[in-house]
Amino acid sequence: MARKITYQQAVNEALDQEMARDPSVIVMGEDVVGGQGSPGEMDAWGGVLGVTKGLYAKHGDRIMDTPITESGYIGAAVGAATCGMRPVAELMFIDFMGVCLDQIFNQAGKFKYMFGGKAETPVVIRAMYGAGFRAAAQHSQCLYSVFTHFPGIKVVLPSTPYDVKGLLIQSIRDNDPVMFLEHKMLYTLEGEVPEEPYTIPFGEANLVREGGDVTIVGFGRMVHLAAEVADKLAKEGISCDVIDPRTTSPLDEETILESIENTGRLVVVDESNPRCSMASDIAELAATKAFSSLKAAIQTVTAPHVPTPFAASLEDAYIPSVDQIEAAVRKVLK
Amino acid sequence: MSELSKNQLLDAYRMMRTIRDFEVRVHDEFAKGGIPGFVHLYAGEEASATGICMHLNDEDRIASTHRGHGHCIAKGVDVMGMMAEIYGKETGTCKGKGGSMHIADLDRGMLGANGIVGGGPPLICGVGLAHKMRGTDGVGIAFFGDGASNQGTTLEAMNLATVWNLPCIFVVENNGYAETTSSEWSVSCDSYADRAAGFGMPGTTCDGHDFFAVYETAGEAIKRARSGGGPSFIEVKLNRYYGHFEGDSQTYRGDNEVEKIKAEKDCLMLFRKRVTEANLLDASEMDAIDKEVAELIDESVKKAEAAAEPSVDTLLTDVYVSY
Repeated sequence: MARKITYQQAVNEALDQEMARDPSVIVMGEDVVGGQGSPGEMDAWGGVLGVTKGLYAKHGDRIMDTPITESGYIGAAVGAATCGMRPVAELMFIDFMGVCLDQIFNQAGKFKYMFGGKAETPVVIRAMYGAGFRAAAQHSQCLYSVFTHFPGIKVVLPSTPYDVKGLLIQSIRDNDPVMFLEHKMLYTLEGEVPEEPYTIPFGEANLVREGGDVTIVGFGRMVHLAAEVADKLAKEGISCDVIDPRTTSPLDEETILESIENTGRLVVVDESNPRCSMASDIAELAATKAFSSLKAAIQTVTAPHVPTPFAASLEDAYIPSVDQIEAAVRKVLK
Repeated sequence: MSELSKNQLLDAYRMMRTIRDFEVRVHDEFAKGGIPGFVHLYAGEEASATGICMHLNDEDRIASTHRGHGHCIAKGVDVMGMMAEIYGKETGTCKGKGGSMHIADLDRGMLGANGIVGGGPPLICGVGLAHKMRGTDGVGIAFFGDGASNQGTTLEAMNLATVWNLPCIFVVENNGYAETTSSEWSVSCDSYADRAAGFGMPGTTCDGHDFFAVYETAGEAIKRARSGGGPSFIEVKLNRYYGHFEGDSQTYRGDNEVEKIKAEKDCLMLFRKRVTEANLLDASEMDAIDKEVAELIDESVKKAEAAAEPSVDTLLTDVYVSY
């Protein structure tokens, strides 16, 4: 039965249900319990924003605090995965990939290929991404395009509580390394989520809005901004397809191309910096595989090519806005 | 020495001889131009891999280094497959997709040679964690060099292994050089045992030319790990006979450095001396092994040379389990 829970609760519920179902599922990360070895209470935090709170009471030592040594414990999660465990390691903020990336892309992502197909590494690495928290340059980046670049890694970007639960359960059951990236500004978003476990397959985009005039492809939190623009323009008689790819690797090229072939007009909304981004990737897809369908130059709406600023005025100007998206849609219609 | 049966002694000798002949032959064939890519040879260090891996079974896992052929052989990876892999052939251990720096065989507990210096120790924490959570008595062994001993990954893994009380053994094979750079210069501590103490684990130094010293030191650490006593650190002091990689002119080494070590400390020579003087094995028994191993290596090269390169059809396979 479905009821409304938050994006954050959906993460917790997926972990809880999978830990209950499969004893090989373990969770580790910095303060995912909180209070380990300290004089006060255990489960003091349940993760820096409380996402894993309560799992310790139910699952005990299968949820483990780690020292602040990302290479050490991300590598441990990868190594345990090669032994048949299904670790879910939390990297806290995706910005911290810089201190442990080797274990993800050179180790986990390449084992299967380098070893001639004989290794499986079913590890999930969860991390928060995205701007809007006034968290500044080292706690606000998107970086999903970086992981999308690496063969051997899958990249998941849920935009709703429903998608969080179904995609996280799929990630845990999947036999490849998965980066599961949660937008921190969406943690309080509520939505209908079934109580029972379910999975959403990777590589299947969600058509959030349906319309024939313009295709808008958005990622993560940007899906909601794109939908808001589509709803506004619908009142003027402009109808938009809003596509949420859900996973950037694998990518549902078919749904995106079908929509472009129908509309002939493409806007891509990506919160990350513009160079070598998902925005440029989708633009390349359209230009190489749907060029003859295009009726206007592709428009991309992204953050500028600068680090994420701190001050509210600057950060608000940095994040793609509904006004920018609306302007882009109007531009492709000219 | 007395605890080893005659068969175990013969196995140890065969293992060390196999590694030596394998590496000498790869050296020769590389020089002739038959082997592509980067190759880092283990010759001179055989007593380390052999003395440690003789304690292990297929459930125990090791992580290795650039210089991984010896670890692979000692952990039971098939020599025919290894040679073919180094030649880049479809019959290779990794179907020609990995090469010398990435030979792995998880069924044998070999989690891979590793092209990243310090890549292995964190992975071995995961191996130890899996064993601990399943309640088995399996262990994980991280082999790494003196160069990797300074990597943050190694130090993070040592800390984590103690914090989580994992059945892991950290083995630094100190051959004196990280590429060209002396470990005397690049390692900040005088003794690795001191560094181990800083991570709350026992640390021991042993002579890596002496199979029996390595075997006994490793035996204690592995026994402790199997019984829940947590991680250990072992420094194995040894020497490599060849350069960092094949083609290294080794101008950074001292005059006659390698020749002197070969004459005085060669692990196979010392082993033969010890076991014959103690009347544990006859020289003829080891000579017979030498002959068998030479034939095996010869056959591995012939088969590797004759094998086909991987079909281009396999370029795109084995990236994901499903995609």
